Amino acid sequence: MKVTLRNPTREFEYDHGMSVQKLLNKLELNRESVLVIADGALVPGDVRLADDANVEIRSVISGGSVISGGSVISEAVEAGR
Amino acid sequence: MKCRVCREPAIIDIRRHNANFCTEHFLRLCRDQTAKAIKEFDMLDEGDRVLVAVSGGKDSLALWDILIELGYQADGLYIGLGIGDYSDESGDFARDFARQRDLKLIEVDLLREYGYDVPHGSRAAKRAPCSACGLSKRHIFDKAALDGGYDALATGHNLDDEAAVLFGNTLRWQVDYLGRQHPVLPARSGFPKKIKPLIRLYEREMAAYCVLQNIDYILEECPMAVGNKHIAYKEALNQIELQSPGSKLDFVFGFFARAAERFASSDAAIDDVLAPCTTCGAPTPSGECAFCRLAERATAAQPVRLSPRREKTSVRSGPSTPSEPDRA
Ligand code: SF4
Ligand SMILES: [Zn+2]
Ligand SMILES: [Zn+2]
Repeated sequence: MKVTLRNPTREFEYDHGMSVQKLLNKLELNRESVLVIADGALVPGDVRLADDANVEIRSVISGGSVISGGSVISEAVEAGR
Repeated sequence: MKCRVCREPAIIDIRRHNANFCTEHFLRLCRDQTAKAIKEFDMLDEGDRVLVAVSGGKDSLALWDILIELGYQADGLYIGLGIGDYSDESGDFARDFARQRDLKLIEVDLLREYGYDVPHGSRAAKRAPCSACGLSKRHIFDKAALDGGYDALATGHNLDDEAAVLFGNTLRWQVDYLGRQHPVLPARSGFPKKIKPLIRLYEREMAAYCVLQNIDYILEECPMAVGNKHIAYKEALNQIELQSPGSKLDFVFGFFARAAERFASSDAAIDDVLAPCTTCGAPTPSGECAFCRLAERATAAQPVRLSPRREKTSVRSGPSTPSEPDRA
């Protein structure tokens, strides 16, 4: 089983398959923060990944703008600072 | 695992609903949750024209797709921020999406139209990149939505984004920001209506939506975002979510239902102090608006690679370098 983690890209090889949840535990990944894609298809936690599966684990967390609030207030706050 | 609706094999488990879904019913869930948010917060009326702020990332492309599926007339706006490969690639994803679906994508290039890009402009103006970037984006999005006569400007903020912002604002008790955190900001003179239709959906669901709809989006993070607090807050909240599914939803929607109004500031009071910017006409409390001041300082240095010393000189000798201290 070949496992690719994205962002940054890292690769792991396992000589046997296992359940999605077990793989995430092994890699110490939070299931809320990732998607698991096996041979191109999205798979839920209880699926057993095949010995020869090609697995991508994709982080779903993105940074976005750290700026909060609406434009008027941010500007008012900035101007008054 | 089987789909809660049709009992076919599931492709995703959503623990806060304590349910699993097949592709068809998961996609429907995303659309239904968006439609529910639009109705719940009175974001749009049937047939409204919407301008979607598109970054090339999963949330904004999914949002654009869902709004079209829901029958709205939605155009996209992409801003070229000039952040190296990240901007080049994210622009390509936005363009490809629009082309494949025959949608209208408006593009504004910061460097071409305003004479600066985010990395150089923020340095010249002595602001944090995200601060300069956010200010520029807000101004350009507002202007495009007003100029184009759109009924609303829609952004791809999902529930995780709102939860992380709420968490950050609460940690520091930023009461001004807390008072403005709402999925809808109504239109006011000089500002378009702003809506966040993905407010009921988790970030993980938006990524899954894109995978299932074959929407290619930029996977790389903006280099300026690396290590920012927003990401750390999201990770912390996901730890809590793991122990207690639904926590993020309760945090944000509990705030809307039971706490937000305690921080609400009076828009009328703010409107009183606003007058048109002397340069661009956008409402501002301070003569010239923050965006125009940023643009002046940012363009004082040309976006070319300069040694640190020469760069400093060019800032100091720029045409309109203000002597005010760094506000970022
Ligand atoms: S992370 Fe910061 S610099 Fe990058 S796009 Fe977002 S706001 Fe702009
Ligand atoms: Zn189903
Ligand atoms: Zn202005």
